[in-house]
Amino acid sequence: MLVLARKRDQSIMIGDEVEVIVVDVHGDQVKLGITAPRQIPVHRKEVYEEIQRENIRAAAETKHDKLSVLGDLFKSKKK
Amino acid sequence: MRIKTKPLGEIEVAKESIIEVKEGIIGFPGLNRYILLNSEGGGPFEWFQSVDRVDLAFVVISPCEFRPDYTLDVSKSELESIGLKDPSEAVILAIVVIPDDPSMMTANLQGPIVINPKTKQARQMISNNPQYTVRHNILQEMQALADSDKAERGGNKLC
Repeated sequence: MLVLARKRDQSIMIGDEVEVIVVDVHGDQVKLGITAPRQIPVHRKEVYEEIQRENIRAAAETKHDKLSVLGDLFKSKKK
Repeated sequence: MRIKTKPLGEIEVAKESIIEVKEGIIGFPGLNRYILLNSEGGGPFEWFQSVDRVDLAFVVISPCEFRPDYTLDVSKSELESIGLKDPSEAVILAIVVIPDDPSMMTANLQGPIVINPKTKQARQMISNNPQYTVRHNILQEMQALADSDKAERGGNKLC
């Protein structure tokens, strides 16, 4: 891992197209601005990891993989 | 073309119906082609089946089925990455987790799969709306909806 110290308003380039700027520093919070091409998703790590975990749970083997079971449960609530 | 699927075995699908997820579903990089399948009696539930890996198929449902007030709160540039100008043009699917007790099934409203129906490009996007989490109990939400009589649609014409 590369560790760089930056002050407010200083910037880091990752490749040619990604830039990370220190927008503000306030106490123990750093506000970062990120410029990246639109195909590159940029998100808080913990949110990303939570979604990844949930996706993996969803993809795992389940006792109930007949959509009709789910369809019936849904219909019963739909009244 | 013929593809092997988890729920339906080997089937014939039209090449044009293949959905391209360029960045892959989060946690499953390198798997970029998916197809939407339904099966008998599944109601609003469908399979989001990987074309490249037989055993990878997600159960999905449109959030509108149980949250008619659902809004897609993602950045303009995320929408543009699949050629969309407005959320109302999108087809949105939430990935469902089915536990041992299927009545406790949950849908991920925070990380929906967003599809451009015209170009068949898709992406799993992360919502900026703090209301949505990765686990919404579908049946409970439907019950809450029925109890509150709130069947109005969302303001952004999504549902």
